[in-house]
Amino acid sequence: MSILVNKDTKVIVQGFTGKEGSFHAEQCINYGTNIVGGVTPNKGGQEHLGRPVFNTVKDAVDNTGATVSMIFVPPAFVADAVMEAADAGIELAVIITEGAPVRDMMFAKMYATKKGMKTIGPNCPGIITAEECKIGIMPGNIFKKGNVGLISKSGTLTYEASNQVVKEGLGITTAVGIGGDPIIGLSYKQLLPMFEADPETEAIVMIGEIGGDLEIQAAEYIKENIKKPVIAFIAGQTAPKGKRMGHAGAIVSGSAGTAKEKMEALEKAGVHVVVSPADIGKKVAEVLKK
Amino acid sequence: MNVHEYQAKQIFQEYGVPTPRGIVANTPDEAVKAAEELGGNIWVVKAQIHAGGRGLGGGVKLAKSLDEVKQLASEILGMTLVTHQTGPEGKLVQKVYIEEGADIKDELYLGIVLDRAKEMPVIMASTEGGMEIEKVAEETPEKIIKVAVDPTIGFQGFHGRELVFGLGITDKNEQKKFIDFASKLFKIYMDKDVELIEINPLIKTGEGEFLALDGKMGFDDSALYRHPEIEAMRDISEEDPDEREAAKYGLSYVALDGEIGCMVNGAGLAMGTMDAINYMGGTPANFLDVGGKANAETVAKGFEIILKNPKVKAIFVNIFGGIVRCDRIANGILEATKMVDVNVPVIVRLDGTNAEEAAEILKNAQIKNVIPAEDLADGAAKAVAAAKGEL
Repeated sequence: MSILVNKDTKVIVQGFTGKEGSFHAEQCINYGTNIVGGVTPNKGGQEHLGRPVFNTVKDAVDNTGATVSMIFVPPAFVADAVMEAADAGIELAVIITEGAPVRDMMFAKMYATKKGMKTIGPNCPGIITAEECKIGIMPGNIFKKGNVGLISKSGTLTYEASNQVVKEGLGITTAVGIGGDPIIGLSYKQLLPMFEADPETEAIVMIGEIGGDLEIQAAEYIKENIKKPVIAFIAGQTAPKGKRMGHAGAIVSGSAGTAKEKMEALEKAGVHVVVSPADIGKKVAEVLKK
Repeated sequence: MNVHEYQAKQIFQEYGVPTPRGIVANTPDEAVKAAEELGGNIWVVKAQIHAGGRGLGGGVKLAKSLDEVKQLASEILGMTLVTHQTGPEGKLVQKVYIEEGADIKDELYLGIVLDRAKEMPVIMASTEGGMEIEKVAEETPEKIIKVAVDPTIGFQGFHGRELVFGLGITDKNEQKKFIDFASKLFKIYMDKDVELIEINPLIKTGEGEFLALDGKMGFDDSALYRHPEIEAMRDISEEDPDEREAAKYGLSYVALDGEIGCMVNGAGLAMGTMDAINYMGGTPANFLDVGGKANAETVAKGFEIILKNPKVKAIFVNIFGGIVRCDRIANGILEATKMVDVNVPVIVRLDGTNAEEAAEILKNAQIKNVIPAEDLADGAAKAVAAAKGEL
């Protein structure tokens, strides 16, 4: 079991024939992801990486029955691509692109929600169900199958955490990189219940960072609803106020969104919070072996 | 990207948001000319820097004669202004804005930012204008009225009514004027991909007019490509030169005041590395995300920028190789050490794809100052020890 995607999930790629799209689509295919086609306007009818190319998402969905789209289009076209996917009946759009304007994402997400389409990202590594389905840019070999679910705002910290978990002799069910932009799709609060309901997942790792209050919302949700153990790390304890730390959303504005307040809220909710990112794997092993 | 007050007011004026009249000046003589052109007998000389709290820092002064305009402008131009937002080093004032005096009856606050939880813009208004709004939010949060506006319907009459009734504006004519003001400001926010717009204070004059006495704006960097008119307002002298230099090479850099330089791939891991150093009892000298392309050139540039800081006593290179294999990165680091003279210990931790081959490469190369580390914990511990001279 897993959440959201598995080996049977039919995936298309928007921005399929571009440089990034091609490279990562091929990596996904090699991993075993069921990529059934792609979309690049004016290239419909061609074949790419052994898969059919369509002019529109609607064509792709009609012909392949795809339910998930991986989006690699340039930042200026992200909103258009997301709305096109929603309009065509895609159920989940995984938006990898970095640098989409916030205003665009505001409208795109509202439309996606209206159409009942879930989104992950933008500016994220994607989602991976270990040894089944990789939709994104993460190095697949790090994610060995196991019983730990992973939700993270950061790409490389996702890899770091998975690597540590695997080194402890454990593994991952599904890992979701939710992205560090000010407006993102699925967040902790929506993903936590999915992991709670997944029979294979026995513990959940959540990695957050400074900025916004998604982690605080997660803490409130965990307190009331999550029975499985949650291990958390919040990046940016040493980040100065008012400075953007790489991610567009990673900024402490005024006194809101600090790592400290997030860690305290999570601890109060019964979450196992580690202070150093080097201790994530150890803490997971310790909690699961109890 | 942020702009100066005078630039924000230019945008306000284009949209019909009322402001006092003003002219920007680079020299005391220009300041006098500006005052003459504006006319009247009272002017405000305002330092133009990208930081709030200018008045308290001595950067905003009232002049009652042209001689006084000249004297104040010469005092303010060239001064290093320290406010609660500039940090202790302050900011050099290179421009002043000469503005006509205004008849202030009431001071209000009006701002628009993205409400990340609601995922839509929120208009914030308060009767406590002229104060630090963070302080108001903390001490008397009930005095801030928040009205979220769904961008798919835009600013409607009811949003305006919530604002004026919340602020206690009872005069019908004044209500109309304030709603018009807020509606235009919202249009600017949406049209220009604004990240933050803040007017503090927004004043009501003796005649019941509303005027933007101050103006602060920040824009979404990701959307600047479609706003060349905003990009043209960029003042490079307001930006940190090292951050700018780093950005040219696709590196994201923020200076801190510790002793251990950090070079990491990915923003989250970069923050996490700083936290790990702190946890081990050390202090990070910077945040540096080399992004997805950790090659010889970017690593060399990273070393160069980190080593400019004389406080740096050790460097921790923490790379998690994913799609980019670690053996390649190891070779990149070795090449970079040939390009830049690295005179402090460099702790290198490479993990992920082909990590063992990478460790072998680093071990065999035997480069002076390069110390391999096994994992994040080991790397952080070694970096802290090296900075203390204990390694």
